[in-house]
Amino acid sequence: MLTEEEIKEITTELVHAERKEAASIEALMVVQKRRGWVSDESIRDIASLLDVTPDELDGVATFFNHIYRKPVGRHVIALCDSMVCWSLGYDPLLDLLRKKLGVGFGETTQDNRFTLLPAACLGACDRAPAMLVDEELHGPVTPEMVDGILQKYK
Amino acid sequence: MERPLTQHIRPHAEPLSLAEYEKAGGYRSLRKAFALTPQDIVAMVTASNLRGRGGAGFPTGMKWGLVPAVGSVPQPRYFIVNADEMEPGAFKDRLLLEGDPNQIIEGIIVSAYAVQTEKAFIFLRREYSLAGKRLNKAIAGAYEKNYLGPNILGSGFNLDIRIHSSAGRYICGEETALINALEGKRAVPRAKPPFPLACGLWGRPTIVNNVETVANIHHIVNNGPEWFKALGVGRESGTKIYGVSGRVKSPGAWELPMGTTIGELIEDHGGGMQNGYALRGMVPGGASTDFLLPKHLATPMDFDSVAKAGSRMGTGTVTVLDDRTCPVGFVHNIELFFARESCGWCTPCREGLPWIVKILHAIENGRGEQEDLSILEQQCRFLGPGNTFCAFAPGAVEPLQSVLKYFREDFERHIREKKCPWRTS
Ligand SMILES: Cc1cc2nc3c(=O)[nH]c(=O)nc-3n(C[C@H](O)[C@H](O)[C@H](O)COP(=O)(O)O)c2cc1C
Ligand code: SF4
Repeated sequence: MLTEEEIKEITTELVHAERKEAASIEALMVVQKRRGWVSDESIRDIASLLDVTPDELDGVATFFNHIYRKPVGRHVIALCDSMVCWSLGYDPLLDLLRKKLGVGFGETTQDNRFTLLPAACLGACDRAPAMLVDEELHGPVTPEMVDGILQKYK
Repeated sequence: MERPLTQHIRPHAEPLSLAEYEKAGGYRSLRKAFALTPQDIVAMVTASNLRGRGGAGFPTGMKWGLVPAVGSVPQPRYFIVNADEMEPGAFKDRLLLEGDPNQIIEGIIVSAYAVQTEKAFIFLRREYSLAGKRLNKAIAGAYEKNYLGPNILGSGFNLDIRIHSSAGRYICGEETALINALEGKRAVPRAKPPFPLACGLWGRPTIVNNVETVANIHHIVNNGPEWFKALGVGRESGTKIYGVSGRVKSPGAWELPMGTTIGELIEDHGGGMQNGYALRGMVPGGASTDFLLPKHLATPMDFDSVAKAGSRMGTGTVTVLDDRTCPVGFVHNIELFFARESCGWCTPCREGLPWIVKILHAIENGRGEQEDLSILEQQCRFLGPGNTFCAFAPGAVEPLQSVLKYFREDFERHIREKKCPWRTS
């Protein structure tokens, strides 16, 4: 069930939406912001609020990179794997992150602290190789910097 | 040299506050614009020869002139600023959005007045959260000063701006996919015609322009089309935000006269190649553009000249390929991006790109066969212009078709030696 707060915030988004459906992404994000991810139950609840079918909404939710249909850790590391970062040291960074965190792409550490995800070009090609932790951009990242960066996120 | 778009941008510094921006001459264009008719402004933009900075170079004035007349199609109209910037190698709009958010808002107001819309959206990729914060602040300030909202400065013109923070997919940058995303749908492209100019967001006339395009508009209104034309060094008008990335000494993005050569960008602004690395080639305008070679360094970076050299200026952000990076690995990485970001709507793109990736992976890992090269060439044709639902697939195979042409010997070596010659282990 959606909380009263969630319903209130989604309703505020609906004011700006020409049609209820237009607020799909905003509504999914309202829930994800609070719960970290979007469960099947949340899909059903949001769908009924937006007058769309759960399948339609799930089609939207699964289309976009930033909507998580599985639980994630407290922090999400998005490592840029595109052209420029790839040619400037992506591979060693990925190896190091895998070793330090003990997880691969799409996985979450045992202590639920980090989820590791691949990211399409972060638009930080002048700072390659780059990675995003939650909303914070890091780059250029050398292997020596990784410990220091990870320590900032508890 | 004049740098209208970046005059207020200082590296690593906070952008100008609204008050500072006004003091430096910002928002002057509004009164000037409102004293003109919208048609006057469209005519000025047409006369300036401004070409869209989103990649295709479509003349902006002409686009605005094609919006069907009020009364012939359902109203209202919408104006959308495309700030999706997800093309690998592109980082120019970020500079403008983060560096001078007030300028973007001023550009939107004048553009929206010119095309007579009262509602504008900024479609912003979610990763650009710093830009989002700064834009929100600029918008709030503009409402306070009545640069936005009802009856702006007593002109009778109303405008609201909303930011949509995209949930992320490269295809959202394609304007009809973007419109579907704004409507809360899966961001697959739409069939054209009808074009968004006649039938876009919620079936209404919709004008989509790139961030950098919009940032030019109020400067054209302030200084006139002739001034704008004189900013370029070749045949094309204005300045351009160019960028250089890859193994150069000082990667970055800079505002320079339109028509600056690729060589000047890499050598004078990017500082040249890093020590121990030589230039083998470059994609001139993002991952969806054909490779060029060192022999093309004298090519001016404008739409027509780069097209003549066999590529596209695209975003104007150059990525260099150095001699210690495997071209097969490089293009494999590019195609992996496109295979993952394909929206999946049409068969050649959905099925072809993973096939291409599989073949490139095999070649890179010493399992390639001579026949694979013909399959890759065939795929380049199947995914080429006219065979897919949108321009994503033709863009995806541009780097591949040119790498096969220019670096064929590298492919053959992989196949002959049954390994990647660049890998030590
Ligand atoms: C796959 C694909 C991705 C695109 N991505 C962007 C983008 O991120 N930003 C952008 O401004 N235009 C992008 N475009 C071009 C837009 O569809 C549209 O032409 C452009 O925003 C128009 O603006 P302009 O006329 O000011 O250049 C993309 C096009 C395609 C086919
Ligand atoms: S070409 Fe690719 S991105 Fe474009 S509609 Fe077809 S599947 Fe989607």
